[in-house]
Amino acid sequence: MATELTFDPLRLPPECVALRREVRAFLAEEIEAGTFNPHQADNDQGYSEEFSRKVGARGWIGMTWPKPYGGRERSFLERYVVTEEFRVANAPVRLHFIADRQSGPVLLKYASERVKADVLPRICRGEVCFAIGMSEPNSGSDLFAASTRATKTDGGWLVNGTKVWTSNAHHAHYMIGLFRTSPATKENRRHGLTQFLVDMKTPGITVNPIYQMTGQHDFNEVVFQDAFMPDDHVLGEVDGAWKQATSELAYERSGPERFLETYYVLTELVRVLGEKPDIRGAEGLGRLVAQVHALRRMSVSVAGMLHAGKEPVVEAAIVKDLGTIWEQKLPHRARDLAAFAEAEAANRATFEEHLAFATQIAPKLTIQGGTTEILRGIIARGLGLR
Amino acid sequence: MASDSIVAETATRIFRDLCDPQTVTSAADERWKGPAWTQLEEAGLTLAWVPAELGGAGADLADGFAILRQTGRFAVPLPIAETLLAGWLLARANISSPRGAMACTARAGHPVSLTANGSLSGRLRAVPFGRAARHLALLARRESGDWAVVLVETGAARIVDGSSLAGDPLDAVTLDGIRPVAVKDAPAGLHDAVMLMGATMRAMQMAGALEAILDAAVTYANERVAFERPIAKFQAVQHNLARLAGETAVAMAAAGSAADALASSSAVPRGEEDLAVFLEAAAAKIRVGEAAGEGAAIAHQVLGAIGFTKEHTLHRFTQRLWTWRDDFGSESHWAVQLGRHVAANGADALWPMLAAR
Ligand SMILES: Cc1cc2nc3c(=O)[nH]c(=O)nc-3n(C[C@H](O)[C@H](O)[C@H](O)COP(=O)(O)OP(=O)(O)OC[C@H]3O[C@@H](n4cnc5c(N)ncnc54)[C@H](O)[C@@H]3O)c2cc1C
Repeated sequence: MATELTFDPLRLPPECVALRREVRAFLAEEIEAGTFNPHQADNDQGYSEEFSRKVGARGWIGMTWPKPYGGRERSFLERYVVTEEFRVANAPVRLHFIADRQSGPVLLKYASERVKADVLPRICRGEVCFAIGMSEPNSGSDLFAASTRATKTDGGWLVNGTKVWTSNAHHAHYMIGLFRTSPATKENRRHGLTQFLVDMKTPGITVNPIYQMTGQHDFNEVVFQDAFMPDDHVLGEVDGAWKQATSELAYERSGPERFLETYYVLTELVRVLGEKPDIRGAEGLGRLVAQVHALRRMSVSVAGMLHAGKEPVVEAAIVKDLGTIWEQKLPHRARDLAAFAEAEAANRATFEEHLAFATQIAPKLTIQGGTTEILRGIIARGLGLR
Repeated sequence: MASDSIVAETATRIFRDLCDPQTVTSAADERWKGPAWTQLEEAGLTLAWVPAELGGAGADLADGFAILRQTGRFAVPLPIAETLLAGWLLARANISSPRGAMACTARAGHPVSLTANGSLSGRLRAVPFGRAARHLALLARRESGDWAVVLVETGAARIVDGSSLAGDPLDAVTLDGIRPVAVKDAPAGLHDAVMLMGATMRAMQMAGALEAILDAAVTYANERVAFERPIAKFQAVQHNLARLAGETAVAMAAAGSAADALASSSAVPRGEEDLAVFLEAAAAKIRVGEAAGEGAAIAHQVLGAIGFTKEHTLHRFTQRLWTWRDDFGSESHWAVQLGRHVAANGADALWPMLAAR
């Protein structure tokens, strides 16, 4: 076979079962205590200092990282369990989620010892929020077109330019920014970009809100005017960011958040259809359940590969491609299936509220973090087509 | 996946040597079938799921599923899956397996009944490989309502020839008045279990066939030149193939997961009582069936007219993908079962069920 794709039927080990119980008990307590409402899809965009600090105190942020930096050295599979339980409960994880998934691992690998010792433990405590500064007005899918400049100066760099669509920038303490330190070369158009740790309090940084079509304020424009970055905030190799991006992507793309983003619609659909749905409702529901089960089994399988130290870049891209398309279609399928359901179903109002919210946010799911078309390009490369 | 097991390797070798799709397509007649079957039988592959004391090879369920994946990869037009399942069913009731090909049916609708005088009554509408098999294994219902496993000589039945989309036998078999050559009481739950086994079996075969058509389509796209370059260089073709890879991947994951769930459960998982196996097998049959439809359409699109010919091997896979969707419960059948189950248990039970797998 020219094309070898593997998805072993990994089962989560016993320590995950125990952890899941613990996580569910914690979530139940917090719901009981009123820290958050699981029936609210739009949890004020899910930013809660109180909640993130509690999660940090449990040791569930940066839980796979080394102990000296505040981590717990637990397995990637255990992190998987925490992530999916939080997602399904609509827990407000916005403050720490990006740092936990993406930014922390980048720092671990590329930051100076001083930066690691300073920042990582605070991430683990649920105190710091990260933003990702990659996209620009003229650089979206084509990251290597980024033009926000970092120019060498005494003891550091001066940054000028504009990032856009920067989620959380209005809350963030830090950003991991991608800046141009040299022009691209003829031989390598990816050359010349460098990753920096940006302290968002740095003078010369302005965050302007960009309101989304839902009315929410979630992403931003971030303008840099002679913002100073000290030398030890360079992450990895100067001009060599292109070598650093790939391995994180498998983590970023294959997690449970890549197909469970609108899961609350499925839960409410089951309620609206009632205990004895008609045959159309039953069939539609059965298909949705089969599809989400299959996605989860794939996603867990990729988690197992990551756990085993592999780099399943293509498999992860497949999970995100199928997963985001599924979660994007889900509100529309649910709408179809609920068309003839009992108009007076007890949860009708909640269902409709969730449906309205999911329908409106659905378009972003196949854009953020790499569009469908970009993912298919990656899969095609893995198949040996380009 | 046990694709590297000795059993699977043996199956692959025999398929490659004796019933490679190209060989089968170019064969003038069906004389190749005899030697191929003999080799498979001698290697113990056809009765892999039958313990040694009942005449079989006593291999693991996982080994059998690995063989099934290969039957899909080679689009093998022999009743290997059917014989495997028949042997498994007979073994559940301690009935020894005879030599030769067997057919096996399980269906949710009108059961075959076993009358007090020991003869059968009932008509099976679509039995895969019915007339090609020497024996037929099935569950029949006694007047008491209990189920019995019965073994029937097909020579004694009235058979009306039919044909699957792939041209393999799919026959109507009338059993009225026939005395089975063996009858034993079925353990409780076997009726549901055989459907779940059959569904997983077909899911595994479909996953294997999808792997094969992905491979064929990728190879073709790299070789076929249009507008002065390989069609693999066109983004529209790349995206079609990426989608085919996605459907193949999800099929492998779902079928592999269901096979693993069966292989690690007790001998007779009890239908809906054994929630895990029910979810896994039903979901696999639904999702792999969907992938079969999507995947076959994409592969045909990529191969253009040549893939639409009798001469090319693509149809050996796509026609089987279409027909396998229908056996042991279609996507629609299982979706209704699964949907009703989820609805009856309520919204709050859904996530725990999914997360337990
Ligand atoms: C809700 C949301 C949050 C986001 N948060 C962040 C963030 O925190 N930080 C950040 O840096 N960015 C963020 N982004 C930006 C996101 O990464 C980009 O939107 C994405 O990479 C696509 O870039 P673009 O929007 O400029 O679209 P473009 O790249 O202009 O693409 C437009 C269309 O053209 C297609 N296209 C582009 N190139 C190709 C090609 N080679 N082949 C085929 N089709 C192509 C795309 O698939 C798409 O359909 C966010 C986006 C959204 C929607």
